[in-house]
Amino acid sequence: MPAMNSLRRSLLGALLAALCKPLAALAAAWNKEAFGAKSAAEALKGIGAAGAVPSAELLIDAPQIAENGAVVPVEITSNIAGTTSIAVVIEKNPFPLAGVFEFKDGALPFVRLNLKIGESSDVRVIAEAGGRRYSASQEIKVTIGGCGG
Amino acid sequence: MAAGPMRMRATLAAGYTDVRVLMTHPMETGQRKDSDGKLVPLHFIQNLTVRVNGRTVVEGQISQAISRNPVFSFRLRGGAKGDRIEVSWLDNNGETNQTEAAVA
Repeated sequence: MPAMNSLRRSLLGALLAALCKPLAALAAAWNKEAFGAKSAAEALKGIGAAGAVPSAELLIDAPQIAENGAVVPVEITSNIAGTTSIAVVIEKNPFPLAGVFEFKDGALPFVRLNLKIGESSDVRVIAEAGGRRYSASQEIKVTIGGCGG
Repeated sequence: MAAGPMRMRATLAAGYTDVRVLMTHPMETGQRKDSDGKLVPLHFIQNLTVRVNGRTVVEGQISQAISRNPVFSFRLRGGAKGDRIEVSWLDNNGETNQTEAAVA
């Protein structure tokens, strides 16, 4: 029964497509170029933030001196209206870009995370709002680096 | 070390929902040497997603500069008790994990 076979094939095809869809969705985008950048300037360029303007509405809550560079807690809050993303760049790390967070409707532009900081460095935060980029930075001194050991 | 369990807590605060999630993951930088002096390969979470009642609210891309066993806090606008919060991650080896919890 050729008709039956082709029906079965198309059903199988549809089923496979449905099964594969969540897998494809999981393989989310990862900005290889920006994360692979070896200088802060390149990393900022990679996320389109080369021309970011300083903002006092972008707050970084982090220790000034971190004894252990392997776990440095940093809290970032953007009070800039319409903030859609926050990125973190550890200027002196071998690969400076540490993360980019996109906030959809329903999330506040806030993130708290733990960073590895190899040596004392400025930590620069970039917020995107209304298609413009804003930046703030704080120096964090590290007693024991967080990349080796 | 393989990726292990996740833990999450979601609680109502003043005007927002506080989501705190712990992911068990080695977050290897590719620069660390094991006891035999061999470099441990790069192994780290690249993507994470936070969903509320099935809707994506935060999408993160991260690097090996996030500390081992990553802990993140996020804040969600408003929220109600019983909202389903789901967090998932995907690493550079294609391993993935997820957890979910109801807002308390």
